Amino acid sequence: MEDLVLWSRAQFALTAMYHWLFVPLTLGLGVIIGIVETIYYKTKKEQWKTITKFWMRLFGVNFAIGVATGLILEFQFGTNWSNYSWFVGDIFGAPLAIEGIMAFFLESTFIAIMFFGWNKVSKGFHLTATWLTVFGASISALWILIANAWMQYPIGMTFNPDTVRNEMTNFWAVALSPIAMNKVFHTVLSCWVVGAAACIGVSSWFLLKKRHIDLAKKSIKIAAPIGIIAILLTIYTGDGSAYHVAQKQPMKLAAMEGLYRGQTQAPLIALGILKPEEKIKQNDKNPFYLNIQIPYVLSFLGYRNIDAFVPGINDILDGAYPTQDGHIPLSAKEKMASGKIALQALSDYRTAKKEGNIYKAETSLQTLNANYANFGYGFITEESQLIPSVPITFYAFRFMVIVGTFFLFLFGLMWYLGYKKKPYENYKLLNWLCIAGVPLAYMVSQSGWVVAEVGRQPWVIQDLMPTYSAISSLQTSSVITTFIIFCLLFTILLIAELKIMFKQINKGF
Amino acid sequence: MDYTFFIQYWWFIISLLAALLVFLLFVQGGQTLIPQLSKTELEETMLVNSIGRKWEFTFTTLVTFGGAFFAAFPLFYSTSFGGAYWLWMIILFCFIIQAVSFEFRKKERNFLGTKTYNTFLLINGFLAPFLLGVVVGTFFTGSEFIINKDNFTTPFMPVISQWANSYHGLEALTNPRNILLGLVVLSLSRTLGSLYFINNVNDETLQKRAKKTATFCGTAFVILFITFLTITLLSEGFAVDPQTGIVSMEKYKYFNNLIEMPILLTILLIGTLSVLYGLGKTIFSKKTYTKGIWFAGTGAVLAILSLLLNIGYNNTAYYPSTFDLQSSITIFNSSSSYFTLRVMAAASLLVPIVFAYIFYTWRKMDKVSITKEEMQEEGHKY
Repeated sequence: MEDLVLWSRAQFALTAMYHWLFVPLTLGLGVIIGIVETIYYKTKKEQWKTITKFWMRLFGVNFAIGVATGLILEFQFGTNWSNYSWFVGDIFGAPLAIEGIMAFFLESTFIAIMFFGWNKVSKGFHLTATWLTVFGASISALWILIANAWMQYPIGMTFNPDTVRNEMTNFWAVALSPIAMNKVFHTVLSCWVVGAAACIGVSSWFLLKKRHIDLAKKSIKIAAPIGIIAILLTIYTGDGSAYHVAQKQPMKLAAMEGLYRGQTQAPLIALGILKPEEKIKQNDKNPFYLNIQIPYVLSFLGYRNIDAFVPGINDILDGAYPTQDGHIPLSAKEKMASGKIALQALSDYRTAKKEGNIYKAETSLQTLNANYANFGYGFITEESQLIPSVPITFYAFRFMVIVGTFFLFLFGLMWYLGYKKKPYENYKLLNWLCIAGVPLAYMVSQSGWVVAEVGRQPWVIQDLMPTYSAISSLQTSSVITTFIIFCLLFTILLIAELKIMFKQINKGF
Repeated sequence: MDYTFFIQYWWFIISLLAALLVFLLFVQGGQTLIPQLSKTELEETMLVNSIGRKWEFTFTTLVTFGGAFFAAFPLFYSTSFGGAYWLWMIILFCFIIQAVSFEFRKKERNFLGTKTYNTFLLINGFLAPFLLGVVVGTFFTGSEFIINKDNFTTPFMPVISQWANSYHGLEALTNPRNILLGLVVLSLSRTLGSLYFINNVNDETLQKRAKKTATFCGTAFVILFITFLTITLLSEGFAVDPQTGIVSMEKYKYFNNLIEMPILLTILLIGTLSVLYGLGKTIFSKKTYTKGIWFAGTGAVLAILSLLLNIGYNNTAYYPSTFDLQSSITIFNSSSSYFTLRVMAAASLLVPIVFAYIFYTWRKMDKVSITKEEMQEEGHKY
């Protein structure tokens, strides 16, 4: 059973991470292409059309493999997470369906015009098609991110014991939850960062090779300001994200910070090396071999108050730590007991209902409702299952923040140099740095998801459903087999994509 | 409008999406015909580019179909996808390899070589329609699963839907009726593919060859379809008692449904006649008749819509379990809540707008059919 859960998770992680190699470029490069083509439409100068078409070629190659890897994500909720699909399908399915109706058709219809319509439709219609494709891709991101945010902060629903599932009661609470909105902006804007980094990186390569210097410089001049706006807003929404995590998923925040014992006026760990788990168990006050701290910042980021108490992992397990609103949190053991009561009450309710015992059904239902907030804890057998992988979450978070900040300086510099007479080509090292920025941008983007998804373990639905109870009942060997097939297939397709991409870049504008 | 209305409305939308998906499988059918129809590389390029500009619609409809089924009937989604794992996985794999093949096949340094991507298109072309047909076959013949919501509170294995054999969907391939429907869908997709080429490619030689395949595949389709329909209408069906919800076998259930819902019978007849008209006119016209795809396509959508409405409406279990009859899935026991169905019904009002812009752009792009000249020009090509 544990193996099955592990492999199901591994398969989801693999396919999601592969898919996420292609989505950011679609969203980010799409915006750049849209702007370049708008300039072409306004100025009617052929060179802007050349620039548009070059980036569009790369966009097309990337888009195809994005579609290929995306298919499995939609169906995987059913194939590998069937219990999840029933338990929350009433809420989770809707964004997926709306995504299909609103976004996918928009993308697939207008991308054909983007590529084949140059001589068939008017310039204005072509430009509209380009923007609609980008818009469609962004809308698609919107709905799937709403769905993801809902898993991290379930809202707008009620549990129905007769159907044994959660049912939606407020669509707007789901669609417009502040966590969803923050997530949408944070993620989509971070994709623009990847798009800008890719555009600048590839253009820098041309500058180093002394090819297409004019067109490459023009591309950088468009990408740099987009990049800087995007990274500033990504940092801003990242702060919002950390704030929400502190309120709704304190365990994730503690893991992100490697914080085992909480404190008031908590510092942020800028950099640190964690001790192994065994050593931390002996002394949880100092889990680091060495670290650099920024005083007060974690309390402020998490609660907008430098005196706020930020609970550590062990505080959350022990419960009864000081909170901002004064409520006294339950300990893990209490929550697990409450969860078991909820599960038992659900079972009693269903038995009583079958037997026609109305009184017992009613009392069981009351017990269930009173304990439903801890429902998922009923499946937890040991406290330790409630702790996500601290090293992965901790290091992924640092990587995201530190390398993300690097882009602030890189884009800023490129923007500034854009105003100089001989802007970029005199700085070979800078050109190389820009090229290195391309893989780094992808890694930053992936690490953001690692923080979000590893950090929320064991929950597939926060507090209500652990991964353990969400799976499909399959033989582990089946999932291992499909995992291997996906791994091989996607790797082969990725190699093909990269080879084609590099060849297309090499061919030039 | 009450809960029942919305459940039935959503079964209609799902059936319509499925019917449109089957129509759009003309892309897959077209893929299987490329080696047969083209004698030169230029002809191959014309055919690939002709369907290459439509493949995303099929793909998108498949994805939307999955999303809508999940949202409207989550119990089907969780039971079938999680249970008939292998059958669905093979279908998904053969769509994944399709998605990159058009874009990558002619690109320089594409790692696997044009031949491999062409083979991917062939695999997808044959397997996707066939296996989707087999899956729909199980809607008539049943699958082996058991659903017990009480499992949720058992700590050992809290999964409510369990597949009752270890083949996880592959067993569907052992049922001749499923195979038959698979072949029906495959031959239909090849027929529609031929008719589409006649419409979309402006080249006499190719049109002539496509007319031949339309004749051959069309005849095969008509024979197979009538056989399937006869067997189905004469077979037992999975009936639900509306009062108790108890599922039992009823003789001639699907035939009775047609009689009790004469509108479905009418749609089925109009659909079948429309397919025959489109096909017949293409085959027997002396001049090249290019409109066959529209009649045959519309007809196919109507006929399939009628069949799918038949298995969902009138107290019928649309995803029956032969292992545990009472676990059979009906539109009522598998649907989302009243609230969710209403929200999504509001979202579904966008569908006509989607149709409108697809129709508009399709018209604009297809005003000029694919020609040899266009394929020799510069520009984006597959």
